[in-house]
Amino acid sequence: MKYFGLIWHNVWRKKIRTSLTILSVLVAFLLFALLNAVGQAMSTGGATTGAARLVVVDKVTIINFLPRSYQNKIAQVPGVAAVSHQSWFGGFYQDSRNQFPQFPVVPDEYLALYPEFVLPDEQLQAWKRNRTGAIIGRDLAELYELKIGDRIPIQSTIFTNKDGGRTWEFDIEGIFDTTDPKGGTAVLLFHYDYFAESNTFGDGFVGWYTLRLADGADPVEVANAIDEQFANSPNETRTSTEAAFAASFAKQFGNIALIVRMILGAVFFTLLLVAGNTMSQSVRERIAELAVLKTVGFRDGTVLGIVLTESILIMAIGGVLGLGLGWLAAQAIGSAMAMFVPGGIVISADIILLAIAVMIAAGLLSGVFPAVKAMRLSIVDALARG
Amino acid sequence: MRILNQVLAVTRLNILNLPKRIATSMVAIVGVAAVVLVFAAVLSMAKGFERTMTRAGATDTAIVIRSGSTSELASGLGNDQVLIVETAPGVLRDGGEAVVSAELYVLVDIRKKSNDSAANVPFRGVGSRAFDVRDSTALIEGRMFEPGKNELIVGRAAQSEFKGLELGAAIKFGRTEWNVVGVFAADGGVAESEIWTDVRVLQGAYRRGNSFQTVRVRLRDTGAIAGLKEALRNDPRLDVDVFSERQFYSTQAEGTSTFIRVLGYPVTILMAIGAVFGALNSMYSSVSARGKEIATLRALGFGPLPVLISTIFESTLLALAGGLLGGAIAFLAFNGLTVSTLSNASFSQVVFDFAVTGDLLLQGLVTALIIGLIGGLLPAIRAARLPVAQALREL
Repeated sequence: MKYFGLIWHNVWRKKIRTSLTILSVLVAFLLFALLNAVGQAMSTGGATTGAARLVVVDKVTIINFLPRSYQNKIAQVPGVAAVSHQSWFGGFYQDSRNQFPQFPVVPDEYLALYPEFVLPDEQLQAWKRNRTGAIIGRDLAELYELKIGDRIPIQSTIFTNKDGGRTWEFDIEGIFDTTDPKGGTAVLLFHYDYFAESNTFGDGFVGWYTLRLADGADPVEVANAIDEQFANSPNETRTSTEAAFAASFAKQFGNIALIVRMILGAVFFTLLLVAGNTMSQSVRERIAELAVLKTVGFRDGTVLGIVLTESILIMAIGGVLGLGLGWLAAQAIGSAMAMFVPGGIVISADIILLAIAVMIAAGLLSGVFPAVKAMRLSIVDALARG
Repeated sequence: MRILNQVLAVTRLNILNLPKRIATSMVAIVGVAAVVLVFAAVLSMAKGFERTMTRAGATDTAIVIRSGSTSELASGLGNDQVLIVETAPGVLRDGGEAVVSAELYVLVDIRKKSNDSAANVPFRGVGSRAFDVRDSTALIEGRMFEPGKNELIVGRAAQSEFKGLELGAAIKFGRTEWNVVGVFAADGGVAESEIWTDVRVLQGAYRRGNSFQTVRVRLRDTGAIAGLKEALRNDPRLDVDVFSERQFYSTQAEGTSTFIRVLGYPVTILMAIGAVFGALNSMYSSVSARGKEIATLRALGFGPLPVLISTIFESTLLALAGGLLGGAIAFLAFNGLTVSTLSNASFSQVVFDFAVTGDLLLQGLVTALIIGLIGGLLPAIRAARLPVAQALREL
């Protein structure tokens, strides 16, 4: 640390060059933060992914419905604490581009499964009293500027109601938040009873079941028990954890993670070249100076450390600025991307930790050749040349 | 004329001693190459997806779908409604029989060969006229399924992308086993991602009674669609939308290709900004490395303008080299690469090839050129303003 003044001075020896290098690093880490955040949001599908929940879907394809009668049978499987169902309503608000999930649910059952959703009790009671009532998540309320008391038309692409139309109107009775920092709330929930009575396909079917495991229950055993129970019936099931379900869905989009990694690879390769070039130029220019340092008694290791710290410092300044900008950008574009990435774009703690690790690694990599060169410098030659 | 000669002379000198500054120059070249590579790779996905979706689209084929349905999956039509469509005006007739195919569209889970994860593969029940209502669709291997049997034919792209669809194989969906008896091609269109069987068999297997989702209609001619729309809209027994096949598929392509663009353009712009910084850096070092040379030229009587132009020329040249390199890598590595993705609109897999097209490469080169110009301008001004006496003293 006592050499910090010296290092700081060296970093800014050529102001333009250092500034430009820092700016390239900044851009790289801005991209790093955003692409990783988008990748993460896509791979969880923006869904809340509690480890203790399982999802039961039709084995052939998730677009097939499951019988309503399965609920009691699933509830009786040992290890199941609570179970409820959801169905894909496939609706949009005003314009077919404004698609977001709407689920017909049984209020108390559903909220018991998702304790992370927080809804004031008086709003819950109001919702339960109103057959055509609905509650929406905070993300959705902000996205379309909706408030309690609004009556909103949702046009379903799938279900016709008894009037022969596909426009369903709901009264917003509540707005819920989530305590899960990674979970999105761009969802509308309405009464299953109303849905079952009013749609022309009739009741008796649901999209899929979600269940909460009892404490200490083995998810694999429970999943197998459920799937075995319905084997060789007209509706065989496939049970998986919520996280695995969301991941398998995200995988269908193709290898987004791979594409993100490829882009980041190209970015960092370039970054290393730029920074490495800056460092080696800077060392080349200072050969005489480094030789003087050695003459006055600086050890080889110290010289190595000084040069390496310099390159890590450049990376760190650019990296931190880039992450900061990325965070700001994530706030700004989160709502613009809400249609594709419902949970919003969050720069999570693991992305930041990873970014810091990358800063240090890139600093070391780009600085190591110049630093070794500086360390091995023979004083006599260097002074003669300078 | 004298100026031009000076420009040529200085530029020539500049280019000739480029190899001395190879390390710094390479940084600029690679930086620009990376931008063009990422740009071409990402945007070629959007291009390829659109190409596959729209290639299928004929203007003399219409798709009749329940009104308000944004995808085939969400639609539903009864047998009575299909019969009304068959007798509507504008429908092509062949020996008294309407050239239409009433179809049912379901999804089945099949594993992808690439990552072994389950994917929503479209499974379509078609009528006997399925090939007549689609252009350039033909069996290329095996035979047609026999009506009434659990037999299916698979699209060429589906066969190469998903597991267990080899000719002669038996594959189980739920409790029903199907035999793969044929392979069909559709000129690279979206139908190649599908598997087909007899619509009556599919109705039975999926307990859909006598219902369909869409009717595909071959029109008498391209202009006949207006009359068909009019007739079907005014029929009180129907509640349907009519699209030309081309219009239907280009709407379907929108969501996914917009998504890729929304991702691709900002990334490219950010990377281009980063590359400008890299280019500026290289050119500033180039100018400082050539300080003596520039000062000597100026002392000999060369004007500031030739120095300025030659520096901008150098950075543009480096950027273009980078652009060509990036474009070439993108073309060699990605053009024709087959992948599949879940289409937002149809909720099913679409198999497509990356398309690194000429106009994408051109856009990439223009981007490279802009990076080169911006990256060269400021250093060039510095070079032109270099105080001669001082620079010579530093010798």
